[in-house]
Order: sequence, then C-alpha cells, then structure tokens
Amino acid sequence: MNLTSIDWAIMLVYFIFVLGIGFLLKRKVKTSTDFFLAGRAIPAWVCGLAFISANLGAQEVIGMAASGAKYGIATSHFYWVGAIPAMVFVGIFMMPFYYGSRARSVPEYLRLRFDEKTRGLNAISFAIMTVFSSGISMYAMARLIQILLVLDGPFQRLGIPPHWIFHFSIAFSALIVLGYIFFGGLTSAIYNEVLQFFLIVAGFLPLVWLGLKNVGGWHGLVQKLPESYSHSWVGMGSPHTNPLGVEWFGLVMGLGFVLSFGYWCTDFLVVQRAMAADSMTAARRTPLIAAIPKMLFPFLVILPGLIAVALPANPVSVGSASMSVPATASPEHALSGKGLIPAKINQTTGQPLLDQNGKAILDYDLAIPNMLLHYFPTGILGLGLTALLASFMSGMAGNVTAFNTVWTYDIYQSYIRPNASDAHYLWMGRVATVFGIALSVAAAYATTRFNNIMDMLQLVFAFVNAPLFATFLLGMFWKRATGHGAFLGLISGTTAAAIHHGLTLPAGAAPGIKGAWLGPVIHSYPSEMAQNFWTAIWAWTTCFVVTIVISLLTRQRDEKELVGLVYSMTERPSEEHLPWFKRPIALGLAVIVLTLMLNLIFY
Amino acid sequence: MGLDIRLPIGGLFTVIGIFLTGYGVLADQAIYQASLGVNVNLRWGLVMLVFGLIMAAFGQRADRRSKH
Repeated sequence: MNLTSIDWAIMLVYFIFVLGIGFLLKRKVKTSTDFFLAGRAIPAWVCGLAFISANLGAQEVIGMAASGAKYGIATSHFYWVGAIPAMVFVGIFMMPFYYGSRARSVPEYLRLRFDEKTRGLNAISFAIMTVFSSGISMYAMARLIQILLVLDGPFQRLGIPPHWIFHFSIAFSALIVLGYIFFGGLTSAIYNEVLQFFLIVAGFLPLVWLGLKNVGGWHGLVQKLPESYSHSWVGMGSPHTNPLGVEWFGLVMGLGFVLSFGYWCTDFLVVQRAMAADSMTAARRTPLIAAIPKMLFPFLVILPGLIAVALPANPVSVGSASMSVPATASPEHALSGKGLIPAKINQTTGQPLLDQNGKAILDYDLAIPNMLLHYFPTGILGLGLTALLASFMSGMAGNVTAFNTVWTYDIYQSYIRPNASDAHYLWMGRVATVFGIALSVAAAYATTRFNNIMDMLQLVFAFVNAPLFATFLLGMFWKRATGHGAFLGLISGTTAAAIHHGLTLPAGAAPGIKGAWLGPVIHSYPSEMAQNFWTAIWAWTTCFVVTIVISLLTRQRDEKELVGLVYSMTERPSEEHLPWFKRPIALGLAVIVLTLMLNLIFY
Repeated sequence: MGLDIRLPIGGLFTVIGIFLTGYGVLADQAIYQASLGVNVNLRWGLVMLVFGLIMAAFGQRADRRSKH
C-alpha cells in the first residue's frame, strides 16, 4: 500500500483530536458518576449516535460488507429484522425501568429486581465477555494492518523488522483507547464514539458513491449480480431457496426476536449509553434516534460488499486486489477470486484454498479493504483508513467502558470492598480501565496462539447470552417472577443452548466446534446460521418456561419493593408536555413504518 | 458538560477538509485514475469542510449561550 504524507497527516490529526477530547474532559470528572455514567448529563442525540457507534466495531463494518458480498442484500435482515425492532422496544418499554430505577448498570438492575446471585452471574459473565471482545477487536485490527501492509513502508525506512508491526499495532491501539478513557471516562468514550460515527460515514460514503457510479447505479449493480442478491425476502419460505440457508420463521424468531432483543435490550455495552442521558425522555429517545442511522447503514456497509463482487475480475482490478493478500499470491491465483474478493491462500503452498467441491474459498473479509484500495487515491485513502481504525477503536472503547463500570460497581463494590468512599471507586474505575485493557491485550495474543480456544469461547458466550432476554422480559413485565426463577432459568437456558448445539450439525460440517460434540446428530440444519438461530430459540424458550415454573413454586417478593422495577407497579412516564415529534412513541412508530418500507422496497 | 461535542467534530472535519481540498488542488491529477477520473480529494474535501464549519458554528453558538 502506497501511503503518502497526506494520508499520515489525516491519521495524525484524528489521533490528536481523540486524545485531545479525553484530555479536555479530564477536569470534568470529579465523581464516580461522572466517570462511569458521564454524570447523566448527555443530550439524547449524542447518546443515540454513541449507542450505535459503540456497536459499530470493525467486526460490523468488515463483517457486514463480507456478508453482503457472500449473501447479497439479504444481509440487511441483520439490521431491519435483527436490530430496529429491538431498538424500538428497548426505548419505549424497557428504558423507563433501566433509567427510572437509577440502577447504574444492567447487572445492578437484576439485583434490584431479582437478587444477588442473578446479578453476580450476569456481571461476571459479562465482564469476561467484554474483555475478550475488545481483545478480538484489537487482534483483528493488528491483523488488518499487517495484511494491508499499512506500516511496512515506515518500518522498512526505520529499519525495524516487519514482525514488530503486529506488536506495535496492538500497543498503539491499547494506548490510544487507554489515554482517552482513563482521563475522561464514559463522557470521553461517548464523545469519541460520536466523532467516530461521523468519520466512518465520511470515510465510506465516497466509497459507495464511486462504486455505484462505476457499476452504473443501483440498476447496473442489480444486473451484474445473481437474482437472489437483490432481494431480501424472496425465497425465505424454505431454507433451501435462499442464500442464507434459513427459513423466515427461524430468521424472525431466532435473529429478530431472541438474539436481537437479547443484545440491544440487555447488553450493558449499549444500554450504558442510554443511561448516560440527561433525562428519562432523553434516555428513551436514545435507541430510537440511534435506529434512524442504523436502518440506513446497510447502504453504507453492505453495498460495498455487493459492489466488490459485481466488479469484473479483470487483471487490473485483481492487481490491486492481490496487493492485499500476502505477497506470495500471483495474479493467476487472484483470478480464482470473484470481483475484488480474492481467494484464501494457503500460506505454505501459495495456492488458493479449495472447498469440498473444488471451488476456491473466498476471503470475503477483504471486501471493504479492497474496495478502499481499488477506488481511493492517496489523500482520501488516508481518510478511509482512518475510518477503519476509528471503527476498531469505538468497538474496543465501548467494551472497556462497560467493563470498568461492571467491574467497579457490580463486582468490586459488591463483593470485594463495599462502603468505600466515592473517590475510591473513581480511582478503582481508572485502575480497572488499565487492567481491562491489559487483559484485552492478553486476549488478543491468546487469539494469535489458540484460534480454536477463541472460537470455543465465543460459542460459550453465545450460550450465555441467548436466554438473557427471557429473564428481562419476565422481570420487567411479570411481577410474580422471582430471583430463584430468574437464576435457574438462566442456567437452564444456557444448558439448553449447549445441548441443542451439541446434538445438531449444519450441513457439510464435521462434528466438533460446529456442533454434534455430544455424540449423535439428532437434527441437521441447512446452514450454520439456521443452527445458531435455532440454538437461540431453544435457549430462550427453556429459560422462559423454567423461570415461570420456578417462580410459581417460590415465594413472591413484596409488591412495594417492585415499584419502579416492574411495568404494572410503575407509573407511566408522562409525555404530555412534549411536542408530538419528541415523544418516544411517535418516534418509535415512525421508525417502524420506515423500516417496513425499506423491507418492501428490497423485498 | 462544558465542552460541546460539535466543536471537536467541527474542528476535525474542518482540518481534514482543508487537507483534502488543498491536496486535491495541488496534487498530480494522474492519481485520480483509480477514482474514475473524479478528483475525489477536492470534492469530498469541500463537503467535509462545509460540514465541519457548520458543526463548529452550531457548537460555538451553543457554547456562548451556555456561558451567558
């Protein structure tokens, strides 16, 4: 990759601003509430943009373009089915309890509503997950910097051996994120997330514009692609007639209900952004405001993937594509790719990797990077790369701020050192930021050594997360639900997920990490996605049923203690004084109608 | 919170906008073969510059108001 001084200058300016924000906000942080909850003083639109930006990690930017290149516009289901409805729900129905109960974190809400053990289970599993997610983000960024040869030029000039690039990238990203969170806490993280949001849009919008111009607009794009690429709902009747390999019921229930509500409505990483809002209505509007850019993101992140496969695989474009695969790749190997998507190359033989049918396995994750290299000349290339780096950092920072809060409030203050002064917890939050990042670095290195352990951990996280929404749903809307019910429901939901995964297998996969590790294959799914969605459905249903049964068998809590925590015991927040367009319900309805229209347009 | 978020956003976009616009004017036009002959540095630089200035102006106004 040929970067010139202008590209480096843009990156440098970005890093100066990022650290500058942390530094400027440092004097505002006086109490632990300032540090962990941004003093509950952030306006709704800022929280809203941070809400999606915290989730807009690089896995999202790179992964959604990859899946756009692989499946086509059907990837939009991850937004229009798998995000928007849940975001509307959390804003309208759940935020009154999160914000109104004055809980400082999601696990703390569980303690107020249920009991200590339910909180402990959630806090500890969540803390471990955030550290690993931020480590994986860090690892992915360092790998991308290596693959794109971003730093090879400067390192050569300075006479540093190239294998230091990986270490340098890890250390550098860790220090930047540490720098701005350590001083400014959540406010700083939120401000930077908003900055990163605008930067990501500014970096990818010209890419989509140039790409569409090249292929002849949306119309030209559709003509260059297989029929299924331009429809999101056609063929969803059966898993065998659509590229995702899953039928509409599994999609809507598994992705649209269980997984999506489980993430957007219970994950403290995103909910924390809304808790920082300056009022109840602002907190409720946060996810609704976030939903508007979120529903337009497919055009920003999925379209580049579609364009990347639609381009002709002529030697000129392949030439630029092969820059991104290791230097061993020669043009004829790159020709086994599709459009700008190169085939995966076997590192030892330099030959493309083939699947069982003898077709080359494509490295879809390179869709976005190769698009950047293909269309962007130096100058704006620096901007595109900065946007990519920004997306990695916002994902990392989101995890780190969620970690330090849950660690300090839900683990340290609850089990290690209760009743200390507020200044002490503020200090602990800063310390937790340092060791949270240190643990992420350790996780990033663990990923380089033990790739399988990472896959396994992510699988375990999926089992832990799948049943969560059942617990919150019953907790918030059924006053009879009890702590024992919630705790046992969560445990049995996770167990059900593990058992289901252990007895099923996606088509074409070998028993092991992909499933069937318990022995007999009871059911075979047409795709891994279908298996994941159904694992989630089983986990959720089990948790839901077990929580109800155990709750009915155990003693109900005094109703007076549930005021502000359960729907039927809580006064509705009044919105009479607001103009209609500022009311959460009106906003939510508008979001739902727009999403329906998008689904109809791209059916 | 003291610092209006629109100020740093405006600042960053203005600086990057100036960089890109300046480079778009000065640099050899041959590099725009990749971007289909469009001087994307100049055009996008101007867009970012205008956006940056608008953001900064709003931020400044809010900042002044909160001080009064």
